[in-house]
Parts: sequence; C-alpha cells; structure tokens
Amino acid sequence: MNSKAAALRFEVESVLASRHASPFQYHDRRAVETIAAGIPSIDDLTGGLPRGSLTEIHGPPCSGKTSFLISTLVSRTAASEVCALVDARDAFDPRLAETAGVRLNQLAWVRCRNADQALRATDLLIQGGGFGLIALDLSDIPPHLVRSVPLPVWFRFRRAVEYTPTILLLLDQESNAKSCASLVLRLRMEETNWSQTSENMEEDALPPHPPGLLLDGWKSCAEMIRASARQPESFPISANFRSDGADLEIQTIWNDLAISEGALRKR
Amino acid sequence: MAFASIFVPNFMVQAVVRAEPALRERALALIDGNPPLCSVVAIDEKAARAGIECGMTKTNAAQFPGVEMRPRSRPQEKTAHAALLDAGWSVSPKIEDTAEDAIALDLSGLDHLFHSEEEIAAHLVQRSSGCGLLPNVAVASNIETALLAARGFTGITVIPPGKETQYLSILPVGVLPLSGETAETLSRWGVHTCGAFADLPILQISERLGQEGVHLHALARGAESRSLNVAEQESSFEEEMELDDAVEELDPLSFLLGRLLDQLCARLTARSLAAASIRVRFELQPAFENALDPRKEPALHKRLPATYETRIELPIPVRDSKMLLKLLRLRLQSNPPAAPVQKMALVAESARPRAMQGGLFLPSFPEPDKLELTIARIANVVGEGNVGSPSLADTHCPDGFRMQRFRIPFDVGKPGDGGGSSFRRERRNDFFKAAAGFRAFRPPVPASMELHEHRPQRVIFQGMRGRVLAASGPWRTSGDWWRENPWQQEEWDLEIDFRSLASRDSSAGCQTVRGIYRFYYDALRQSWFVRGIYD
Repeated sequence: MNSKAAALRFEVESVLASRHASPFQYHDRRAVETIAAGIPSIDDLTGGLPRGSLTEIHGPPCSGKTSFLISTLVSRTAASEVCALVDARDAFDPRLAETAGVRLNQLAWVRCRNADQALRATDLLIQGGGFGLIALDLSDIPPHLVRSVPLPVWFRFRRAVEYTPTILLLLDQESNAKSCASLVLRLRMEETNWSQTSENMEEDALPPHPPGLLLDGWKSCAEMIRASARQPESFPISANFRSDGADLEIQTIWNDLAISEGALRKR
Repeated sequence: MAFASIFVPNFMVQAVVRAEPALRERALALIDGNPPLCSVVAIDEKAARAGIECGMTKTNAAQFPGVEMRPRSRPQEKTAHAALLDAGWSVSPKIEDTAEDAIALDLSGLDHLFHSEEEIAAHLVQRSSGCGLLPNVAVASNIETALLAARGFTGITVIPPGKETQYLSILPVGVLPLSGETAETLSRWGVHTCGAFADLPILQISERLGQEGVHLHALARGAESRSLNVAEQESSFEEEMELDDAVEELDPLSFLLGRLLDQLCARLTARSLAAASIRVRFELQPAFENALDPRKEPALHKRLPATYETRIELPIPVRDSKMLLKLLRLRLQSNPPAAPVQKMALVAESARPRAMQGGLFLPSFPEPDKLELTIARIANVVGEGNVGSPSLADTHCPDGFRMQRFRIPFDVGKPGDGGGSSFRRERRNDFFKAAAGFRAFRPPVPASMELHEHRPQRVIFQGMRGRVLAASGPWRTSGDWWRENPWQQEEWDLEIDFRSLASRDSSAGCQTVRGIYRFYYDALRQSWFVRGIYD
C-alpha cells in the first residue's frame, strides 16, 4: 500500500514538475505582515499583531486587557494610522488614554450599549475599510452573552479583514473566536504592586491600609494560546501551541492632582 | 472679439421636463391660472402636432388622448435658469443674464482652450445638456447678433464677422424685440423677415417708427453693438420641486431627492465646484388635511410643524450624488419629517473640491466620503453623538470630555513623535512598563462602604461583597463650584477580594474575584460610588 502511494505520489510530482515544484508541500498563500503591539515582551512572544487577521485577547477583569489595548492604540496612532474602538459598554477612558499617548483625533470611538450594537458597528467599520486597527471591546459583556454569538460571525469578520491592512482586535473575558482568530492571548493578573511613602516605618509594623499607600501597578502574565501567523521558517502556519508566556508589567499613570507629597519625595 | 448666446427654446416646458426627463418622450402641455380659468400656456412639439394650442382651456386640452398635463412651475423655471447660468460660467467667467431663457457670453481668451468657435459652441451645448436643457447656441462678433441668431436658428450657428446681415436676413421679424404697435405696423407693411426690414431706408424708418425703429433696424442688420453686462457668480446652488400629491414614504421621497441631487451635482460639476454642505427644506402637508385623514389617530391631530429642515455637513466637498443621497436617506431614517412632504428644496453650499495627495509609503486611511457614510450608518445604530472622536475638556472633572465629529486629521500620514504626552515610558533592564488601563462605569455604580478609622474595610456593590486588601487614598478633588453642577469627591484605589452574594449555594462554592477598583465618596450627595476598574 505504501509503495503504491509512493508510486502515485512520484507520478503526480512528475506530471506537475513543470508547473509546480513541490505540489504536496503546503505553501503559505501570503506573507503575513505583523506590527508591534507596543509591548516588547508581547511582541517577542507573538511576533507582533498580524494584519488582515483577527486577534483575540481574553482574560478576567484586571488581567491587563485594557492596558494591552491602550498600548496598541498608542503604537498605531503614533504610526499615523487611523484606529477605531467599538466599546460595547462605553467603558473607555479618553483622559487616561491621552495621557498614555493615544492620539485621540485619530481614534473613532463608538459608544455602544450592548453586544448587538457593537457587532453591527464593527461590521460597518470593517466594510468601510481604511482603518489600521479596529478594536472590539466586549470585556464588560457577560460571558454567557458573548458565548451566544454564533461562530460564523467571527468567521465573517475574519474573512472581511483578510487581504486588508486592518488589525481586528477582540477583547473578551473568555475565548470565543476559536479558530477564527489567528492569534489568541490569555492574560491573567499575577500580583499587584503597592508602594509605601512612609520610609521610616517597617513594613510589618504598618497598620492595614496605611495612609500614603500608592498603587504602582500590577504584573500580568500573557499566555499565547494560538498563533497561526508566525513566520513559516520558525513555526508551522496553523499549529496551536502553548508557551510559558510573557510577563507584562503594568504601571499606573498619575496626573498632577493625584501625586501625594510623599510620593513626590520618594521619586 | 466674439460673443456667444445660449437660448433655451420653449423654456417653460424645458424647465418641467428637466425635473421629469421621462416627459421628453411624451406630448406635454403646461397649465396655468386660477381654477376654473386654467388654460394652456405652453406646449411641446408633440402636443402641437396632437392639436393642442396655447390658450385652450384645461378642460378642452384634457380631451386630447396621450397628452400629459402639468402645472407650470415657477420654482423649476428659477432653477432651470440657474442651471443655464452655471452652464455659461463653466465656459466663460463673463456672462450676461439677458433673459430668463437666454444668456450671452464673452468668448475672449478662450482660443487658448478651444480650437474654434464651433468647438466652443459644441461645448456649451454639452454643458447645457448635462444640466438638463436642450439649447440653441449662436456665436457672432457682437452680442445682439448672437442673441438674435440663437433665438432664430436651431442648434449651433456660427456667424463669420461681416456676414451678420446675410445670416439674419432669413429670420422672421418676430425674433426682434418688437412692441405690439411696431409688430402690427410691420405686418401691415408686409415686412415679415429681418432682411426685408433691413432693406428699408433708415430715414423713413426713423420718421415712421422713431428711435425704436432705428434701433430695430440696426438689430436686423446685425450692426448694433454694445458691451456685456457681466453678472455676478452665484455661490449657492438650489434645486426645488413642488409635488402634486404629498409624499410620505421614504422610498419615493428618496427617488425624488435623488433626481434633485443629480441636477445639483451636474451644476456643481459644470462649475468645477463641490458641495461643502447640503441643506434640505421640506414644506409639509398642512395639519388640517392630516386631520381629515381617517388613517391618522386622533392623538396626532395636534399642531404639526409646517416645515422640516435639516443640514448635512460634509468633511470634504463632494459632488457624488449617490453618496449624498445615501447620507440624506440615513438622516431621514433617523429623523423623519412629521408629515407628508409637499414641496422640497435642496441648497448646496459650494466649495473648491479638495485634492488629497496620497503616498506610496503612507499608512492607509479611510476615504473621506466612505467614512462619512460609515459614520452616518453607525450613528443610526448607536445614536447620534455616540460615535466620534473624544476631545478632552479643559477641566479636572472626571469624565470631562465631549464627543466631536470624527474627521481624518490633516496631518495623518506624517511621522509621529511616538505620542505627545506627559507619560514617559520607562524601560529598565529590558522590562517594559505599559500604561495601566482603566475601564469606567458609566454611570458610576452606587456602592456601600464599611469604614474603620476612616479607611475602607469592606464594600458591597452589584450584589458582591468584598474585603479591601489594600487601599490608596483619599485623593480629594473638587471643582466647578461657580457653576450649577459643582463636584466634590474623595477617591480611593482599592484592591478588593470579592465573594459573590448571588452564589450562596454552599455546594457550588463561592466564586472569588480579585480586582483593583476606584471608588469615590461624593461629598455633595453623601454617597459612595464605583468609578471603574483597572484592567
């Protein structure tokens, strides 16, 4: 049987030799362009966000999804691209985004009330075309409602952005896009970072929630669940694999009003 | 120096046909006057062959089969005249608004653009046809000859210099601006053509007809010359249509609006301009007629507005009628008129079309006209005001921003500075720190707080009870005390360990969720709220 299969394979390769060098070897139909998300550890892990594909970032609240989104918006608007954010629960904070470096005049913000409005708005934006990044933020939609979105919806979104320079970024609490997403990252919070402005007291002598405590940020871990857009030289195109993940250090931003005198002395 | 004249024969009929091109293939008669004394005031060639005459009563004219009857429309005559002017301005900047159905143009300087006067005349015919009119065009060395030739000859006529008398000789004297008395006198004399009139001795003409006769004699010989009275160019473009029956449904209304937009865009194109904004004005069916409609509920018999107005501002000037129609439809879908429409008018404010220079190495951005449509469609889904780009207000008030219309920034495509903000990314030992994201709760969620020594210990909100693991605060802010809505708040960043109150079933176990939230105490309302969560 094996000899018959080998003979058949040899015959087919001979016939097609003039037209196709290796007909039984899978060739990537297109070279996938990836761009930096703005977080080096994530970019090293994933190779960047793929253009013309659906990327899914999921995780529970406080895992760092919004921080990832802000970093990506900073990166894309700094590259003079026009971005769109479909905010299913109107949770975006423009003041913090602007402080982080997002160019708000390059951002189209769609403030929705429910998942249905968000999906319809995303569809319209993809059809309109021309956006460097379209982010669909379903983080605050209950997971059971997002699960009820049929899989063909994600497939249609993916096909709609295929062969375009648009990055479609989906944020939700659980993985819903499944194989429709070319890149899936799972985030989780590891530990929070608080700093104490009182230098003279020992840490274990401090009362619970002492005054002068500052939220410095937190550490998240990003785990790559799926990446089908890596370079063919290093990974198979459609392989699913897990990595140890990457550490994502997230730092809070203080405006002038919020910095206490103690924090200033520490700095 | 040469002059051209554009004359629209049977102007009243052409004005109506311009709005309904399908009527061009039918016999058409226009009716005017107060009922019951309506009579036929204008007819086209097919109606004339069918036997209809001007002055016939409406009742008599209605007996002829296959003849379309339409009321005379002064608004459409006004817009047709404006279209005629636009056709003239598309070729020469110096035109004279001679009459409602005729204009004159100065062709000096156009020999650099056109090879011959025939080519200029053909171009004028083409431009006029694009605006929905079928004119006669004449070119001559003086204005009056050109005007007479356009009135008298069909199609394109070019009169070589010195041949004016010869060309005008075969025209009937009716093309001259005769008074009633002079026309009768010439008829009694048996003078029926301009040539016969021009052959009469000038001295006798002066004795019998006076200065008017001398002037007419010079016109008939093509010897009268004068300067052009240059008209000022209009910057706004208006198209109107009055409907026989009021229209209520969106689809037929869109069809009529599409026709008006086609005419508007054709005029803009003729002048190399585009629409920067479109203003729509509808005159609505009076409320009394609505009250008699048995389909309407009594609750709707209240006073309805008499007009409906809306305005569409465009990010860049456009003259694509299809795109404008789509924008208008979306606007009417989201904000429909309160009553059926009886008369509609569109006014376009003109501007120079903007040319955007693309680049091979620049990032792509949405096409402005497509983007406008996309934004309008999204606004229909999420509501006007919920789509745009945020603009921060000059205040420290939380959520101090407003939404503004999203436009492609002019400087998009230029190299950025990596984000102009006060936040400096730290990079220590290859460990990059991203900015912390924050998700706002809009509106803020009410909460209950247990304090111990003025510091939060436990919180309850949205059915969850949590224990405070770490707290940073209070951060006191206040402002706008001089306004009607002052604010005074005490903010806390709390790391909370939640346990859901809903999951009290011990067999299922309680779910614990940990998160960092921002709470605040509203000193004016004396209540605790959750502003949002760090993510």
